[in-house]
Amino acid sequence: MSYVQSIPPHDIEAHLAEHDNKSILRFITCGSVDDGKSTLIGRLLYDAKLVFEDQLANLGRVGSPGAANGKEIDLALLLDGLEAEREQGITIDVAYRYFATSKRKFIVADTPGHEEYTRNMVTGASTADLAIILIDSRQGILQQTRRHSYIASLLGIRHVVLAVNKIDLVDFKQQVYEEIVADYMAFAKELGFASIRPIPISARDGDNVISASANTPWYRGAALLEYLETVELDPTDQAKPFRFPVQMVMRPNADFRGYAGQISCGRISVGDPVVVAKTGQRTSVKAIVTYDGELATAGEGEAVTLVLSDEVDASRGNMLVAPGARPFVADQFQAHVIWFDANPMMPGRSYILRTETDSVSATVTTLKHQVNINSFIREAAKSLQMNEVGVCNISTQAPIAFDAYNDNRATGNFIIVDRVTNATVGAGLIDFPLRRADNVHWHALEVNKSARSAMKNQLPAVLWFTGLSGSGKSTIANELDRILHAQGKHTYLLDGDNVRHGLNRDLGFTEEDRVENIRRVAEVAKLMADAGLIVLVSFISPFRDERRMARELMEEGEFIEIFVDTPLDECARRDPKGLYEKALAGKIANFTGVSSCYEAPENPELHIRTVGHQPNDLALAIEEFLDRRIGGQMTPLQRPT
Amino acid sequence: MSLPHLRRLEAEAIHVIREVVATFSNPVVLYSIGKDSSVLLHLAMKAFYPAKPPFPFLHVDTKWKFREMIEFRDRMARELGFDLLVHVNQDGVEQGIGPFTHGSNVHTHVMKTMGLRQALEKYGFDAALAGARRDEEKSRAKERIFSIRSAQHGWDPQRQRPEMWKTYNTRVGQGETMRVFPLSNWTEFDIWQYILREEIPIVPLYFAARRPVVKREGMLIMVDDDRMPIQPEEEVTEQLVRFRTLGCYPLTGAVESDAVTVPEILREMLTVRTSERQSRLIDTDEVGAMEKKKREGYF
Repeated sequence: MSYVQSIPPHDIEAHLAEHDNKSILRFITCGSVDDGKSTLIGRLLYDAKLVFEDQLANLGRVGSPGAANGKEIDLALLLDGLEAEREQGITIDVAYRYFATSKRKFIVADTPGHEEYTRNMVTGASTADLAIILIDSRQGILQQTRRHSYIASLLGIRHVVLAVNKIDLVDFKQQVYEEIVADYMAFAKELGFASIRPIPISARDGDNVISASANTPWYRGAALLEYLETVELDPTDQAKPFRFPVQMVMRPNADFRGYAGQISCGRISVGDPVVVAKTGQRTSVKAIVTYDGELATAGEGEAVTLVLSDEVDASRGNMLVAPGARPFVADQFQAHVIWFDANPMMPGRSYILRTETDSVSATVTTLKHQVNINSFIREAAKSLQMNEVGVCNISTQAPIAFDAYNDNRATGNFIIVDRVTNATVGAGLIDFPLRRADNVHWHALEVNKSARSAMKNQLPAVLWFTGLSGSGKSTIANELDRILHAQGKHTYLLDGDNVRHGLNRDLGFTEEDRVENIRRVAEVAKLMADAGLIVLVSFISPFRDERRMARELMEEGEFIEIFVDTPLDECARRDPKGLYEKALAGKIANFTGVSSCYEAPENPELHIRTVGHQPNDLALAIEEFLDRRIGGQMTPLQRPT
Repeated sequence: MSLPHLRRLEAEAIHVIREVVATFSNPVVLYSIGKDSSVLLHLAMKAFYPAKPPFPFLHVDTKWKFREMIEFRDRMARELGFDLLVHVNQDGVEQGIGPFTHGSNVHTHVMKTMGLRQALEKYGFDAALAGARRDEEKSRAKERIFSIRSAQHGWDPQRQRPEMWKTYNTRVGQGETMRVFPLSNWTEFDIWQYILREEIPIVPLYFAARRPVVKREGMLIMVDDDRMPIQPEEEVTEQLVRFRTLGCYPLTGAVESDAVTVPEILREMLTVRTSERQSRLIDTDEVGAMEKKKREGYF
C-alpha cells in the first residue's frame, strides 16, 4: 500500500521478510457513544492511505444521517458494517481492521460505546495490548469513559492513549485539554495502567492523528500514529513458565500418541521434564511433532503435538506444565465476573464454565460484592445484572487447572455458558484458588431447596400415582423412573411394597393405619423434594383427604396427582399378585375396590387410562407433561430465592 | 523472541481447526477451490499430522464455476487423498437457473445459498469451517470466529455471542449449526505471503495469461464456455489478465495484470488501489448486500 509504493522486483523477498518480522500491536478504541471512535479509525486508515478506492466510492452510496453533511466523507461508515449500525449511526458490534505501516502491524478492534453492548467491548479488549480511550472535549469524562477504562484495566490492558477528541470544537483550547487530562489521571490512578499517554486530536479533521497539528502549538508530543508505532510493548509470554493446555489427543495408529495444543506461555525442548497438571504425573517430552518436521524446541503461541516418554493420563482439559512452577488445580476459586446476559447471574444456579480447553459444571457459591463502575467502590449485591462486574467465589464440579489472570491471561480466564440457551452469559478472570477451609461462605450460604435443585438442574416434584391395586401404577412409575434417570435427572421411587417392608412395617390395613401409612409416605416425599429430588410415589392411596393432605404438604405446583385409571374388572383380570382372587373369596379384609372404597380423584393433574396403551407410552406422556412444566415459566433457576 | 506474524496466524488457525474437531461431532470444510480454501486445506493437513484431516471437504457446485477450478479441485482431492463431497442444487438445475437468465442475485441464492443449506441438512453437519476473512468486507469484519447459525441457517448479527481470548463457546442447540472461520484475522496480503512461503498449489487463473474476455458493466468477464451470450455491441478480445478472487465465471471480473508468479502478485498488491471484492458482482448489487446474504445463510 502507499508506504511502499515502489518496491523494486528483486527486493520483494527481502521486503516480505521484513514485513513478517514487524512487531504487531493489537489495540481497541473505546469511550462513550459519539466520542468519535469509528471516525478516528476511519481517519487513521484514510490518512495513511490504507483505504481502497472502491471502499471510498461505496461510502457515497450509503444514505445515512452522518453522511449527509455535504461533500464530507463520513469516515465512521468505513467501519460500521452492519445495517442496523448505519441506520442508527452507532457502532453495535466490534469490527476488526488490519493495517501496517513501515514500522509496525496493527490489529484494531473498534468497540461499541453503548453500555448495552459492553459484551462486544469486552470481546475486543480481551486480546488487546493497548486501549485508545476517546473523550469528547465538550463533554469531559463520562460514565462510559470510566466503565471502559475499568474494563480495560480488568482485562489486563496495560497501556492507554487518552485521545481528547473534537479539540477543534473547543477552539483548540489548551486549558480544556489540561483539565480533562487532570481529571482522567486522578481517577485512573487506581486502575494500575503501566502508561497513560494523552493526545489532543480531531478525528474528523485529522489534527495530531498522523502528524503534528499547527492548531495545537502547545502540544509537543507525538501524533497518534507515531506513538502507536513506537510505544514499547510488554515482553511476550516466552519468559513465563511452560503451559500447554491439551486440546486433543492424536492417535492416528497404535504406535503414535500425541497431545495437540497451542503453547500458552513459556518454552519447551525435547528432553524437558513436564508434569500433568491435574494428576501430578511426571514425564518428559520425547518429541515435538509438526507437519513441517520434528522440532527441537518450541515456544509461546506455537501449535504443536507433543509426544511424551511415558504413558500418562492426560486428556482434553488437562495441562502439561513446567514441574518447577505448576498452575493451581482446584475446584473452588475467587474470580472477577463480567455479566452479559439479560437474565441476572444468580448464586446457586448451575452454569457451564469453559476455559480454553476444559468444560465443567459450576456454581457461584458467593457473590462477595459488585464493583460500582463509577466510584470503583465495592457494593453488596444479591445478583449481577447485565453489564455489571462482581467478585465471586465459584465452585466447579471437578477441579480445573488455572493460573491467576494477572499472571497469565490465557490460563486465567473462563467464560460462563447458560445450560439452556447455550449463550455466553459471562466472562471470568480468576484471582486465586480457595482452600475448602477458607471458603467459609460455602457454609454461610443458605443451602436450601432451590440451591439443591439448582445444582441438580431440575425442578423438584412429587409425582403421586394413585389407582386400584393392579391398575399399573408401579409399572408406569418404574418406566418413568428409567426415562428420567437416563436424562440425568435425580429421582427416587417410593413404592407401597418397599415402604411397607421397612418404614411402615408396624402398620396394618385398618383405615387408621392406611391414613398413617399415607401420612408417613407424604412426609418422606416432602423431605426428598426438599433435597431437590423428583419423587415418584406409587400408592393406592384410596382416600381424597389423605391425598389432599399430601398435596398441602408440598409447595405450590410441586404435587402432581396422576390418576392411573383402570376399570376394576380389568384389574381383577390382570391380578398380578393374585390378591383379587383372595379378596373376592373374602380372604382379605379392607381390600380397595372389593371390600373398601376407592375415591377417584376429582381434579388430578393427569388422568391416565391404561386400557389399550403400553406402559412405556404412558410414561413418555407423563415425562412430556413434566418437561413442559419445567420448560415453562417455572425453571428452578429463575425462581426467586 | 516472539513468534513471527505468519507463524502466529498459522498457529491460531490450527488451534481453531482442532477446536472444531474436539468439540463437534460432524464437522465439514466448505471448500470453494479459491486461494483462501487452498490455504485452509493446507492448514487442515497440518493440524492433524501425522493423521489426515478427520472431516470431509464439501464443494457446493453452482455449475458455473470456471472449468479450471473444477479440474484443480479434482486433482487436489486425488493427490492429497482427502474426502471430497460435491453438492449441486438439482432443483435449481431442473429450473434452469443461471446467472445470464436469472441474474446474479437469483442465481447465487438458489445455486449457492440454497445449495449449501441442502448439503448441510443432507449430511447433518453441525459445524462448517470456511476460509472467509474479516478484511474482505465490512460485515465480515464484525463476525466472530465461531459464528452460530439458527436452525434456518440465518446469521443474526445483533445476537452474536461475545468471544473473548481464545476461549470459544462451541455449544449449539437443537438444529443450530456453527460456522467457523480460522482465517478471520488474515489479510489478503497474508494469504499470498503464506502461499508463497508454503508453496501451496492454487488454481492457475490467479496468474496472468492471455484469456478471452468481454468488457461488461465495467468489468472484464472471461468467456469460459459457450453458454455465455455475447451481445452484438460486445467484442471478445484476448487480454493478459488474472483473477484476484474466483467464483462463478460470469460474476467474477478479471484484472489486467502481467503477474505470473506469486512474488509478482505480491508486488502488484503493494501498489493496488482497489479491494479484492471489487471484482465480485454480488457484493455491489446493493448496499449491505453481503450482510443480507449472510443472514440468509450465504458464506
